[in-house]
Amino acid sequence: MIKFDNVSKRYETGYEALSHVNFQIDHGEMVFLTGHSGAGKSTLLKLIMLMERSSRGQVLVANQNLNRFGRLQIPYYRRNIGVVFQDHQLLFDRSVYDNVALPLLVAGFQPRDAERRVRAALDKVGLLNKEKSLPITLSGGEQQRVGIARAVVNKPPLLLADEPTGNLDPKLSAEIMDLFEDFNRVGVTVLIATHDLELVQRLGHRELILKEGKLIHGGDADG
Amino acid sequence: MAKSKPSRPSSPRDKRGASVSKIGWGDRLQAWSSHHKTSALVSLQKLLATPLQSLMTWLVIGIAMALPSGLFLAIDNVKTLGERWDGNPRVTVFLQRGIKEQAALKLRDKIEALEGIASIEYVSPQLALQEFQASSGFGDVLDLLDENPLPPVYIVMPADRAVSTEELASLSEQLQAFAEVEFVQLDLEWVQRLQQIIAFSQRFAFLLGFLLSLGILLTVGNTIRLAIENRREEIVVVKLVGGTDAFVRRPLLYTGLWYGLVGGIVAWLMVLVGTLVLMGPVRELSALYGSDFSIQGLGFIEVLRLLLISTGLGLAGSWLAVARHLHLIQPR
Repeated sequence: MIKFDNVSKRYETGYEALSHVNFQIDHGEMVFLTGHSGAGKSTLLKLIMLMERSSRGQVLVANQNLNRFGRLQIPYYRRNIGVVFQDHQLLFDRSVYDNVALPLLVAGFQPRDAERRVRAALDKVGLLNKEKSLPITLSGGEQQRVGIARAVVNKPPLLLADEPTGNLDPKLSAEIMDLFEDFNRVGVTVLIATHDLELVQRLGHRELILKEGKLIHGGDADG
Repeated sequence: MAKSKPSRPSSPRDKRGASVSKIGWGDRLQAWSSHHKTSALVSLQKLLATPLQSLMTWLVIGIAMALPSGLFLAIDNVKTLGERWDGNPRVTVFLQRGIKEQAALKLRDKIEALEGIASIEYVSPQLALQEFQASSGFGDVLDLLDENPLPPVYIVMPADRAVSTEELASLSEQLQAFAEVEFVQLDLEWVQRLQQIIAFSQRFAFLLGFLLSLGILLTVGNTIRLAIENRREEIVVVKLVGGTDAFVRRPLLYTGLWYGLVGGIVAWLMVLVGTLVLMGPVRELSALYGSDFSIQGLGFIEVLRLLLISTGLGLAGSWLAVARHLHLIQPR
């Protein structure tokens, strides 16, 4: 599903966020990406999202070389990836329903079809009764679940999450992780960047560890 | 294209994992047109939600459009005034005052002998006085005069209606050469002057229109730039979930379109009010000059053109802002 082939990312400032990263994630896998802040976790996710481009090496997602994507193709590519952010990235001037429906609106779904999918996604994260609320009226955990509903409403084959439990207490974090496991169980490939090592160990999925831009555990070259 | 069947995300799917939701072209087209509709509607609603701010922009565009269109309208009106004489050149020959009737008749023969004369009309001093009294409004004053101050006049019509101004000038020179003639006046002169003034005014109006159009472009462009700044967060999220540039651009372009269209309507109303206010006084004034001239307002085509131009300017202004600023906003 995802393959990093000797990938390096050097920013214009000269800072090397990733260096010679090699790993592969198969279809239907659930993988944690850990490391201290500044280790390159976010950069790695951004490369997969095409928010950044690699300076060297190749990133392949679903057997497509991301280097080959032009600017105009990026939106269509992104529709195949669900993303959950630590800061939710919700729009506060519209309802929960409209937030979750955004990816469908963007992709051109029929309103009736979209409605069914939004309801299903909200039902899955347990917020069906909040569809008319504004995100600002929700708790942090609820906001994060809205973000997750938005990420999966399009039924993407790949789900990325950047510190999805960063601001949540352990109980809420566990609930959120349960959700990700549910999605993984139905075949979605899940990659979660987190520094919550306790949670990672408890759940026991494969772990990629980054340190100062280098993959020190879980990669291809890892002995 | 296969539509994915209605299912909850948690329902079991095939072994290869969840498949990407596919959307058919027909649905895409429908979605595209429906997004156009929503964008148009929502952007208008947003403008109306901040009425004062929008009104300011509309007024600015309205004034900027009303000035040149009002000027063009005024020029058009003056033009029609000139056109009434345009195809009908004539030379007025004022004879020496107190000339004998015999001499005058002799002169008539001499004039008729000249080349390119269609007809000659004699206006006796008495007739001229009557006409003047009737049309000038100075009738009472003329009554006070002891004697008729007006000379006898021949009005000479050239044979060729489309006679050139050079030919007319040479004709008037020939007429001026006769001893009996006091003064020759080309009626075309003032038309020529008028046409010069009109040509000048038109160029001035074009220049003004051009500069004010530029002003509209910048005004709309700047307003849209602020709108882009205000919606930065939304634009980032839309791009993250796979919104195309066109999708992000659409509501902004509609905003510009509404600025232009409503601004154009404001301009039209301004010109309309201006025309109505001036109509009465102009009619009275022209009545004083014995004319039935009255102001013509903007016609259907002119209104349509005004609205098209202002809408186009609004759209172009927002396009400029969008092209310059939108690509700078990327998810980070």
